[in-house]
Amino acid sequence: MYTFKHGIHVLDKKELSKDKPIRIVKPSNIMVYPMQQHIGAKAKHCVKVGDRVLLGQIIGTADGFISSNVLSTVSGKVLSIEDRLTILGQKSECIVIENDGKDDAIEGYGIERDYNSLSAEEIIKIIKDAGIVGLGGACFPTHVKLSPKEPQSIDYILVNGAECEPYLTSDYRLMIEETELLIKGLQCILKLFPNAKGIICIEDNKKDAYEKITSSCNNIANIETALMKTKYPQGGERQLIYAITGRKFNVSMLPADVGCIVDNIDTVISIGNAVCKSIPLLRRIMTISGDAFKDYANVSVRLGTNYKDVIDVVDGFKDKPEKIISGGPMMGQAIFTLDLPVSKNSSALILFKKDPIKNLKITNCINCGRCVSACPINLIPTRMLKAAKADNYEEYIKLYGTECINCGSCSYVCPTKQPLTAYFTYMKSAVRDYQKSLKEKEAK
Amino acid sequence: MDNNIYVQSSPHIRDDINTRLIMLDVIIALLPATIWGVLRFGMHSLLIIIITVATAIISETLFNLIVKKPNSITDLSCVVTGLILALNMPSEIPLFVPVVGAVFSIIIAKMLFGGLGQNFINPALAGRCFCHISFTALMNNFKSTMSVDVYTSATPLSLLKESKEVNLLDLVFGYIPGTIGEVSAICLLIGAIYLLVKKVIDFKIPLFCLISFVVFIMLFSNKTTNMNYIMGELFGGGLLFAVFFMATDYVTAPITPLGKILYGILIGVLTGIFRLYGKTNENLSYVILILNLFVPLIDSLTIPTAFGRERK
Repeated sequence: MYTFKHGIHVLDKKELSKDKPIRIVKPSNIMVYPMQQHIGAKAKHCVKVGDRVLLGQIIGTADGFISSNVLSTVSGKVLSIEDRLTILGQKSECIVIENDGKDDAIEGYGIERDYNSLSAEEIIKIIKDAGIVGLGGACFPTHVKLSPKEPQSIDYILVNGAECEPYLTSDYRLMIEETELLIKGLQCILKLFPNAKGIICIEDNKKDAYEKITSSCNNIANIETALMKTKYPQGGERQLIYAITGRKFNVSMLPADVGCIVDNIDTVISIGNAVCKSIPLLRRIMTISGDAFKDYANVSVRLGTNYKDVIDVVDGFKDKPEKIISGGPMMGQAIFTLDLPVSKNSSALILFKKDPIKNLKITNCINCGRCVSACPINLIPTRMLKAAKADNYEEYIKLYGTECINCGSCSYVCPTKQPLTAYFTYMKSAVRDYQKSLKEKEAK
Repeated sequence: MDNNIYVQSSPHIRDDINTRLIMLDVIIALLPATIWGVLRFGMHSLLIIIITVATAIISETLFNLIVKKPNSITDLSCVVTGLILALNMPSEIPLFVPVVGAVFSIIIAKMLFGGLGQNFINPALAGRCFCHISFTALMNNFKSTMSVDVYTSATPLSLLKESKEVNLLDLVFGYIPGTIGEVSAICLLIGAIYLLVKKVIDFKIPLFCLISFVVFIMLFSNKTTNMNYIMGELFGGGLLFAVFFMATDYVTAPITPLGKILYGILIGVLTGIFRLYGKTNENLSYVILILNLFVPLIDSLTIPTAFGRERK
C-alpha cells in the first residue's frame, strides 16, 4: 500500500453522500460566466451584448500562454458584460447570458471520435479549445500542463483519485459511474507521452472504486491502479507523487521535473469527453454536503449556474447555515453568499449549521509537537508561526516556510488552536513581495 | 440569510484535542504511581499530594488575579505540576516544604515567565531543586515510619554505590525507600505505556535516554556484566519517573525529531556522569534542568530539511 510520511487522520464524513448517484442540475435562467475561472491571465470576451450564443460556443478566449477559454454552457442571448461577484470573493468581469432553454449546440457537438486517429498536437488543441483546466481545485490550464518541454522524459501519468478531503465524494461517484470515460481520457493523455505509464491512484476507503477500475483496465498494458492508505493530504500533488514513485520535489519545481504529470479524476474524464465525444468542459461535479442540508447529493452542474439553484436539488436547508464552504473543509474557502455562479474553480459545497471554528479559544503554544508530526512537508509549524507573527521573513525562509502547501494539517491537530495555516497563507505572499524587493534592491 | 455567516481562513474543522485533555491524560498516567505511593507510605503522603496540588492551584489563581489575567487553571497544567512535585517528595517531609516548592514552581518558574508554554525550565523540577537546595537534609531523609522492610533508609542507588546488591523484585514492585511516586517501576511503566499508546508523549526521548544511559554505565562503570547493578541503576533513583514524566514535558523539551533523540541521549549520558562520578545520588532533576537550558540551541541546530529540499 502506497503512502507518504506524516499527515493526519480526519473524520471523513463521506458516508453522508457516498451512495448518492450523480444528479443533473437544471441550468439557471440567467447564467453568469466569469472570465477568470483559472490560474493565469483572464480570458478575453469575444461576444457582444445582444449576440445569440450556442451551447459550447467560446465566449472568452484564452489570453496569453497560461490562460483558458470560457465557453457558454447554454444557448441564449448575451444580456450584459459586467463586473460581478465570483467565487474568488472579488468582483470581476463576467458575461451574463439569458438561457433560452433550447440548448442549441455548436456544429460538431457530441460527435464520436477515435483518439487513435488524432495526433498529439490535435489532442492538445482539442483540450485547449474545450477550456479544460485542472478540476481538483487549482484550475491550472490542462493544455499547458500537458505540454512540458520534454514529453519523452515523462514516465508517469498519475490520476489523482485520492479525494482525501473530508465530506467530498464526487470523484468517488465519477470513478464508479464513469469508469470507461476515465480510462479513455487517460488513454488520450498517454498518447501524448510515449514513455509514460498511467496510474490511477485511489485511497483505500474507496475499495469498490479501486476494484471496478482495476478490473476494467487489466487488459490495457500501460494503465495500472494503485491503492493508497487513507490519510490526509494523500491527494496533495507532492504527497501523491512521493507515495507512488518515491520521488520528491520542492515548491520551485513542477511535477514534470520529476517525470510526472498529475491530473484529477474529473479533469481526465473531461479530456475523455472532449477528445472522444466532442463535448467540451460544460459542467462540473460537486458534492453537496454538511449538516445544514436536508439531504446530501453529488451533482453535475453546468458552469454558470447560480448556487441557489444548485441547492434546490437537495430541497434547500434544514437549518440556517453559519458557514458556507466552497471546496472541502480542510482547504476550501469560506464564502459569505450563495448568490454566485458555479465556475471551474468551485468544487464542493459544504454547509454547516454551526460554524465549528467560530468560538475557538487560542491559548499559549505548549510546544507539544503535534504540528511537527502532522506536517507532510517536514516543517516546524510552531517555529514558523513565531517568525510569521514577528514578520521575520529571513527566519521564515530559513525554516523552509516557503515550502508550506497550506494543507491545514497543523491547524487541525493543534490543541491550543493556533491560527497556523492562516498565518502561513499570509506569509506566502508577504515573503514573495519581500524577495521581490530584495531582488530590486540588488538590481539597483 | 446572508447575515450571520462566518468567513475565516481554512481549515474549517479542528480536532477535539485541547490542552486540558492532554493534561488529564498525564494525570491519569500518574495515578498508578500515586496510588501505590499512598498505599505504601500512608496517609501523610496523601496529605502531601493534596496540599501540594492545592497550593499549585491557589498560587496560579492568585497570580492571575493580581496581574488581572484570565484564570488559567482550567488547563489543568498546574495540577500536573503540583502532582509531579508531590510525587518527588520523601514521604515523611514536613508539609511546609512541598508548599514552598509548589509556590516556587508556579509563581517563579512558570507564571512570571508568562504561564504555560512560556516557561523555559520544567516548573515541577525547578520547585523540587529549590526545595532540595533549601532543605537538603529533609529532602534526603527517606526514613519511613511505615516501612518495616530491611532497607530502612538506604536507597537502591546508595546501596549500589557501596557495591551492595539490590533486590530487583523490590525495585520493580516498589518496596524500596524513595520519594512518593518514584518507587514502583511497574506502576510508572503502566502510566508510561498509557501515554505512549494515547500518543501524548513521543517515544524518542525516553527510549534514547534509557539506551544511552545503559550504554554509558556499561562502558564506564567497570561492572559491565553485573546485571544486578545495571538493572538497579535503571529502575532506581527515579530514572523511569524522570524520563517518562519530566523529560517529556512538552514546553521544555525539543520539538524537532532529531532534537528529541539528541536530548534523550544527552540526558542519559549526563545522568551516567553524575551517578558514576558525582557525590550525591538523587541528581536527575539537575540533569534535566541543565538540559532544559540547552533546548533552544538543540532545536535551532536540528531543524529538519523540508520535503524535496537538499540539505544545506
